[in-house]
Amino acid sequence: MNLTLKIWRQKDANDKGRMVDYKVTDISEHMSFLEMMDVLNEQLVDSGDEPVAFDHDCREGICGMCSMYINGEAHGPDRGITTCQLHMRMFKDGDTITIEPFRAAAFPVIKDLVVDRTAFERIQQAGGYISVNTSGNTQDANSIPISKHAADEAMDAATCIGCGACVATCKNSSAMLFVGAKVSQYALLPQGQVEAVDRVQNMVAQMDLEGFGNCTNTGACEIECPKGISLENIARMNRELMKASLK
Amino acid sequence: MSGFLKSSIGRKVAMALSAFFLMFFLLQHFAINILSVINPDVFNEVSHFMGTNPFVQFALQPVLIFGVVFHFVMGFVLELKNKKANGVKYAKNNGAANSSWMSRNMIWSGLAILAFVVLHFIDFWFPEINTKFIQGDWSGMHEGVEGYRYFHELQEKFLSPVRVGAYVLAFVFLALHLLHGFTSAFQSMGATSGRKKTLQNIGKAYSIIIPLGFIFIALYHHLNH
Repeated sequence: MNLTLKIWRQKDANDKGRMVDYKVTDISEHMSFLEMMDVLNEQLVDSGDEPVAFDHDCREGICGMCSMYINGEAHGPDRGITTCQLHMRMFKDGDTITIEPFRAAAFPVIKDLVVDRTAFERIQQAGGYISVNTSGNTQDANSIPISKHAADEAMDAATCIGCGACVATCKNSSAMLFVGAKVSQYALLPQGQVEAVDRVQNMVAQMDLEGFGNCTNTGACEIECPKGISLENIARMNRELMKASLK
Repeated sequence: MSGFLKSSIGRKVAMALSAFFLMFFLLQHFAINILSVINPDVFNEVSHFMGTNPFVQFALQPVLIFGVVFHFVMGFVLELKNKKANGVKYAKNNGAANSSWMSRNMIWSGLAILAFVVLHFIDFWFPEINTKFIQGDWSGMHEGVEGYRYFHELQEKFLSPVRVGAYVLAFVFLALHLLHGFTSAFQSMGATSGRKKTLQNIGKAYSIIIPLGFIFIALYHHLNH
């Protein structure tokens, strides 16, 4: 395939940035999107140009690092995948593909397609954990009865990889799907109950402090989430916060 | 509790509560208005009761005005905050791929409804306030009109095709606003997924039947005068 790429180039956090057109040729439809980006970068290096900076790590849909907004959608036009799992067969020969970084005031661009998503880490640090003394007599997890339904739902919430596609997709740059998932994975389990009040209050407070927007329930985040995190998690977070506020 | 009200979720809950109140009001307003088609005399009686009952006038009416103002003001505040949360605008954004037009354009359908509310107040509410509170006429009568004046005034207003057109258009926007707003309010209140399908169906029915009913009333009086 021969393709035209329109890519956001930004030298550093202070640069204004702009879209730049590139041509790539002989792209195999079996390549992943990131492999196509590798081809482009080799081409740029060969011609003495600066390669396009983009985040990537595991390249198997687990790490959540690859954060590209492709043809107007987070992680591109396919569903339930990260950018590294997007295959070039989703495009046609001669296509023009627009590639941008995830956009949100709380996700400032560091360089080209690389954005700073440490806001998510600060939200996690505010309460996305349980305090367990692991030094010595750690209790066997299976000794606490948990219903299959609750365990499955908690596991589903815990599959969130914190990629930020929800924020990038949301017209309000809301992080509520991410925070909802992180609150839910503990709210559904007995181990999470002890710190439930502080957790939801602190995580929501940190989310607001980071400057993410408000959820208006468009549902776009759920559609674009590579792990299929459900909107139900946002509803659960809302319930948790309401409950916590009454205590 | 004050922390909750200041939080993004607290604001969404407040928005949802005001939406519930307005949706209940809309249902009540429709129930009275449809009487003008079924039985003008009963419509006159109910209108006179609503227009002169002290509890409705001095307790419920201020609450309603507060609810309307709050919903609009909070809507704008949240929209501004959300705009601030956005980074640089995408060169290409395919919103239609993952969300409905209604959900992405609540501010525009809301503005259309706000414009309608202003028109509706000029048409009915301000003249009513003038008659009762400035002229001091609480009789519900009008010279040359037999019985109460309310049905007659309603018919007079819907003579104008321009006004009827504006009302019909506003109700279309109301339907679009409700098609997202109904279920969105429940989602903000933390409604569980088990009831999602039922809520969606009730929401669709409400969002279509109520505005369509108001359109029917406006057209009926325009065509049957």
